[in-house]
Amino acid sequence: MNENFYINEKASFKSTTNNLGEIRSFVGKILEQIDIPSDEKDNIILAVDEACTNIIKHAYKLSPDGDIILNITVRNSELAIKIVDYGLSFEPDTVPVPDIKELYRQHKVGGLGLHLIKSLMDDVKFKIIPGVRNEVSLKKKIAQKSISRI
Amino acid sequence: MTEFKVNNREVSNVNVIDLSGYLDAHTAPILEDAFARLIDQNKFNIIVNFSSLDYISSAGLGVFMAFIDKVRSNSGDIKLTSMSKKIFNIFDLLGFPLLYEIFNDDTEAIQKFNSK
Repeated sequence: MNENFYINEKASFKSTTNNLGEIRSFVGKILEQIDIPSDEKDNIILAVDEACTNIIKHAYKLSPDGDIILNITVRNSELAIKIVDYGLSFEPDTVPVPDIKELYRQHKVGGLGLHLIKSLMDDVKFKIIPGVRNEVSLKKKIAQKSISRI
Repeated sequence: MTEFKVNNREVSNVNVIDLSGYLDAHTAPILEDAFARLIDQNKFNIIVNFSSLDYISSAGLGVFMAFIDKVRSNSGDIKLTSMSKKIFNIFDLLGFPLLYEIFNDDTEAIQKFNSK
């Protein structure tokens, strides 16, 4: 076990969907340093994409001038991704688990992104300070052997 | 940067949309346009081929939800083919196989269209 293993990377992106590719690349490059299966890396990248897409669409209402701050840390056997924005807040507990047949009837697609994030990550927590900042924290356990080579 | 392309072709009276690249909230409007164009031309038997698609997020899946009712109410369907395991898993996580027929390849989907 390598107790010294530590990654702490931070980046800021403007709130436009044009930046989603760059956000995925940023996360992907950090994950290259960790020896975990590629499908797990894909899932983590997708969860971050979904979180940032929700911020762009709902917190900033597609205005491209907002800030999205990503902070990724890997310590011991945990990958943690903190995503902060300063847009409109929401009540994450009020977003229902999507029922695909019900959404079909209503011609809606709401809640799919949040449901995906919760399905793909081990732990998802929100810290909302209305009018000040929104923070979502995504965590994934990673096997100790995955990081021992660092 | 996000690269995403659609290509349209017609096979045995069925319209096939081939997807390639990255389908996310930024590129989803390109697929929306492709569906809208076919529907404007009263073409409702549609196959979407995923063999060259590298990535999809829920914004991409949402496009299928937006058009399926219109297509089915005109006696057509959107059938999905040639998904990698990675792409299928995302559809599966959200329950899409309950609503959409997913085939191994275009031939199977075309046979299903032509057998109705």
